Amino acid sequence: MELNYSPEDIAFRDEVRAFLDEKLPKDLSAKVKARAHLSKDDMERWHAILNEKGWLAPNWPKKYGGAEWNAVQKHIFEEETAKAGAPRIVPFGLSMLAPVLMAFGSDEQKDHYLPRILNGDDWWCQGYSEPGAGSDLASLKTRAVREGDHYIVNGQKTWTTLGQYANMIFCLVRTDPDVKQQEGISFLLIDMDTPGIEVRPIILLDGVHEVNEVFFDNVKVPVENLVGEENKGWTYAKYLLTHERTNIAGVGYSQAGLESVKRIAKAERANGKPLIQNPHFAARLAQVEIDLMAMATSNMRIISKAAAGQAPGVESSMLKVKGTIIRQELNDLARRAVGPYAMPFPSETVEGDNDPIGPEYAAPVSAAYFNNRKLSIFGGSNEIQRGIIAKVKMGG
Amino acid sequence: MNFDLTEERQMLQDTLRRYLSDKYDTATRNKIIDSDEGFSAEIWEGLAELGVIGALFTEDQGGFGGAGFDISTVFEELGRAGVVEPMLDTAILGGGLIAALGNDDQKALLEEVIAGGLHLALAHGEPVSRYDLSRVETTAKADGDDIVLDGRKAVVVNAEAAGQLIVSARESGDVDSRDGISLFLVPADAAGLTMRGYPMLAGGRAAEVTLDGVKVPASARLGVAGAGYDALCDVIARADVAIAAEALGAMDTAVELTRDYLTTRKQFGRPIGTFQALAHRYSDLLIEMEQARSAVINAAGHLETDDAARQNASTRNLTARVGRLVAEESIQMHGGIAMTKEYELAHIAKRIVMCDHRFGDADYHLERFIELSAA
Ligand SMILES: Cc1cc2nc3c(=O)[nH]c(=O)nc-3n(C[C@H](O)[C@H](O)[C@H](O)COP(=O)(O)OP(=O)(O)OC[C@H]3O[C@@H](n4cnc5c(N)ncnc54)[C@H](O)[C@@H]3O)c2cc1C
Repeated sequence: MELNYSPEDIAFRDEVRAFLDEKLPKDLSAKVKARAHLSKDDMERWHAILNEKGWLAPNWPKKYGGAEWNAVQKHIFEEETAKAGAPRIVPFGLSMLAPVLMAFGSDEQKDHYLPRILNGDDWWCQGYSEPGAGSDLASLKTRAVREGDHYIVNGQKTWTTLGQYANMIFCLVRTDPDVKQQEGISFLLIDMDTPGIEVRPIILLDGVHEVNEVFFDNVKVPVENLVGEENKGWTYAKYLLTHERTNIAGVGYSQAGLESVKRIAKAERANGKPLIQNPHFAARLAQVEIDLMAMATSNMRIISKAAAGQAPGVESSMLKVKGTIIRQELNDLARRAVGPYAMPFPSETVEGDNDPIGPEYAAPVSAAYFNNRKLSIFGGSNEIQRGIIAKVKMGG
Repeated sequence: MNFDLTEERQMLQDTLRRYLSDKYDTATRNKIIDSDEGFSAEIWEGLAELGVIGALFTEDQGGFGGAGFDISTVFEELGRAGVVEPMLDTAILGGGLIAALGNDDQKALLEEVIAGGLHLALAHGEPVSRYDLSRVETTAKADGDDIVLDGRKAVVVNAEAAGQLIVSARESGDVDSRDGISLFLVPADAAGLTMRGYPMLAGGRAAEVTLDGVKVPASARLGVAGAGYDALCDVIARADVAIAAEALGAMDTAVELTRDYLTTRKQFGRPIGTFQALAHRYSDLLIEMEQARSAVINAAGHLETDDAARQNASTRNLTARVGRLVAEESIQMHGGIAMTKEYELAHIAKRIVMCDHRFGDADYHLERFIELSAA
């Protein structure tokens, strides 16, 4: 048992810290810490800074321009960037599509798309979910019919995160309706500028345009945009989902969230004393911190297993459930900490460029509380994760 | 024992429910939320015509109700439809204080309130007072026959629409003292009174109000100088009943929407409600809803008794806990669809959760309950 980082790990951590100190733009970290909305440009700016350093793709092998870090290094990077208030790396191209292309894509696809992902030439979005296919993804209906050198795609995707910024979408489509659901699905890369595609915004309950509906009306997609083999898309999608589930615990985000709640609770006063000294509030906060301390170690246990080459199994489902519960609890505490100032919702808050109403930390907390209800819904809902855990453990 | 509504209240409930289901569908309401005013003058007029405002006042005051169960009946229906119109602020808080403390001249305003022609707002909370009712830094100083008000008031709901604000200010005592707080009727257009208005997350509008040498005649004072605290507590007790009942109505809608969704949404070839993981959690919501309903009855039924404060604290604590559970679980069991702004549940969940932030969350009321139970 060795609970501490090795000297090499610590050296790496210091290197990450020094880099963040020097290169993370202050305006960006201020925005992230204030939970202000990041523009497309903000996200691209941070990507470019990381790319210059060779750190944009921690998962990728060096030969594709990645950092090829081990699991512990990746964890350190995630933890440090979250604590420093770095913008999140937009995952769709970098950590969802790229691993699939590396494993199953053609050489042309790898040569063409991977550098474009690193350089920010393409912005990818994920076209999996449909109105009728959420948890039951395999029931998806968007149809692709082969006609000569093209597929003709018809149907609808939904919940497409940041699809409004994307020029490319990777989609699961049905190529064979007559076989078992999972065996008739293909993985297609589609240029969003193709005629017949329409993107419509969905405004979430916190007023933010974060997701979209994407409609396909006789969209012509060249056959070379098929990844791997026709009707094997489900296998690739499952492979992708295992990548989506890395960093699932969100320890760094929770630690940053905990610090932020503490900051608020020190500034707020209840009955003439700092809120952080209020026994009920303090007890709630301590409870979450205790949970987080244990989860951080659970996370490290799984990471060191992964670093030793063992693929995580149900543990990632466990971390997803626990991690989202903790993050959501912290969001609830932040909301409660600000008292009556949880109620204002000036539209300026959303754009993030006006004098705040009340203390500056109050503006985003209620919106964040509601927005982060998504954490237990997407990426495989917590109910689906619990189902997986039980099924695996009971040998189903 | 009889837990049925009286005939009058049953009629009130039926008419109000019918009116709101006719006039206040999701799309209409969402448009109202996005409007500059933050509420609909037409709906307000409609509610006044139905007698909804009058139901919140006693006959002496020009109404025909005013008891705890009148408040709970009205607010449960308002909650059910996710109504954002400022009934709490104009009728319960503003109207309630005038009714409790006003002299004949001041009480004359109630007629206009009940007819729907005058809006009110309570400007009591301050930037650092949180839920603490006795903390008032705003000062009231005599200047000849006039009184000069200086200070800042925070999150004053309905301030922009109000013709008159009821402003609390300190005439004596230190900032936390219960003694020395007076209440004043201040016209919204008084010189030196400025507002910074904004919409709120769950609909409606509020404002940060600054009083900079606002001069009012001594006759603007409501009740006795320095003795406003008890009246504030009494009126906020009525507000507690209203808020808890509103949350209950909204929870009812959330649970109903969840039931409809669980029985119609299919995944894996079957309605998702057939998954026991969800069915049991839905049942838990129903179990907790019964608790919440009884808690609201406790609060409404004890409002006119000596035990009102403790009953209120228990009810607000319970409905806050159940409210959070219902809001979060309803969203979760819906999946992504509940995250969309247009969907009824999104607004309803916000209404439920934001009840926490008016006159105290679950912890605040727990502390009150402990204190009052020990007394
Ligand atoms: C903010 C946000 C962003 C998203 N971004 C993307 C994106 O970029 N690309 C993309 O493709 N998708 C995206 N999604 C979609 C997301 O993956 C789905 O919301 C998720 O898969 C759940 O599907 P659903 O919303 O249709 O809910 P449903 O699957 O209809 O589920 C409803 C409820 O039933 C439960 N349930 C379902 N099946 C079972 C079962 N067998 N046992 C027990 N309970 C069950 C669920 O857990 C949930 O509580 C996003 C969603 C959100 C909210």
